[in-house]
Amino acid sequence: MKFVKDCQADATVDLVYRMCPMHLLEPVELIRDLREGQVLEILTDYDGALEDIPAWCAKNGQEFIGIGEDEENDCYRLYIRKRH
Amino acid sequence: MKRVYLDHASATPVRREALEAMMPYFAEAFENPSSVYDRGFAIKAAVDEAREKVASLIHAKPKEVLFTSSGAESNNLAVKGAALANLRKGRHIIVSAIEHHSVLNAARYLERFHDFEVTFLPVTETGLVDPERLRRAITDDTVLVSIMHGNNEIGTLQSVAELSAICREKGVLFHTDAVATVGQVPVDVEALGVDLLSLSGPALGAPKGTGALFFRDRLRFVPLIHGGIQENGRRAGTENVPGIVALGKAAELAQGELEKKAAHLQTLRHALVEGVLGAVPRVHHTGHPEQRLPGHASFCFEGVEGEALIFLLAQNGVYASTGSACASKALKTSPVLIAIGMDAAVAQGSVVFTLGPDNTLDEATYTVDVLTKVVDRLRSFSPVWRKKTAA
Repeated sequence: MKFVKDCQADATVDLVYRMCPMHLLEPVELIRDLREGQVLEILTDYDGALEDIPAWCAKNGQEFIGIGEDEENDCYRLYIRKRH
Repeated sequence: MKRVYLDHASATPVRREALEAMMPYFAEAFENPSSVYDRGFAIKAAVDEAREKVASLIHAKPKEVLFTSSGAESNNLAVKGAALANLRKGRHIIVSAIEHHSVLNAARYLERFHDFEVTFLPVTETGLVDPERLRRAITDDTVLVSIMHGNNEIGTLQSVAELSAICREKGVLFHTDAVATVGQVPVDVEALGVDLLSLSGPALGAPKGTGALFFRDRLRFVPLIHGGIQENGRRAGTENVPGIVALGKAAELAQGELEKKAAHLQTLRHALVEGVLGAVPRVHHTGHPEQRLPGHASFCFEGVEGEALIFLLAQNGVYASTGSACASKALKTSPVLIAIGMDAAVAQGSVVFTLGPDNTLDEATYTVDVLTKVVDRLRSFSPVWRKKTAA
């Protein structure tokens, strides 16, 4: 697992307290609206996302940049760069 | 015998248009809105259309509306969900002393099981929350304030915009229970400045088992019902599609009729209140005299037991409710009436009339006549009344 700090995102989706598999459904829709090279930030408190998001990126040819913790908001921040 | 239904806060008939709109979704269009084929998409489209109509009624965005099973569920979700989502910020919430039980008991749940501190804010004798008192009650630990828009028992309308502005200034979330007001008075979530707002379907003429919660875009709250991705992962359980479609239709109708309906109800209420105050001695008109729900008239009759009064009114074809509840063998006094400073004995004589669009002036006059007679009858054998009048 790659850990990142201060990653700049072009769009953010807040999925904290939202149920599984919203952590896959909403990012898939949002990434469509991004341009190639842009970064999507996903906020989630769901542990399963730590496996699911990198796996989804690998399967769909998107770049999983890494994960940052957000203690203040009690959630993870995951970053994806759109590759196509 | 005449039948005059004046208990619209308890239940309303389902509107014919809402009933017609929902019928196809029981058997013909029964598919699951989460299904990923054309018939499922069509059902989802019907749910989305209903969401747009409810959002339009309260001037919200469709994505800010979540369907629930009732006003009580909406209140629970707002109070528990928003408080639990902000545990790191603090564990103090504020509710008014005259909230509906679904807010009061949700607050007590947080107090008992999650170590929250709850401030039950007192109200004035007309049922208003003093803004300055609210300001003083907010601490660094306060995460949520919940104050109802209109009170179901005394009819008072709170100055919600003024109260929510204080909360916004202090960075505290504001929820209002608008079950009694949506469809009765204009409700605009932007003008009210609220973060969360509860509404109920039956209050609009949708069937029982329907409700909605407005939540400001990007607001986080912990779900009450965990499971699948319905309502965008915020409330699990397959949607009550017929109920949701009916709620959408009722909201659409309500929006077009609001002004006319309010004017009609106000006329009836005026006739009822003036008639009762003019005909019956020693009666208290409870709640705010002007700042109140248009179709709501509430009274406390001295020397009379509310439950008995309701019983005799019903025997004469007039259906109303009482604020006080008769629990097992003990007479329990309404906490709302106690909160506005009503004498506990007088509070026992509480009667609430909630008018609907189909009521007429003739019915209001009939109600005053019946009421005058049954109050006289009850007082004639009331020891409390004899003692009072002898004094």
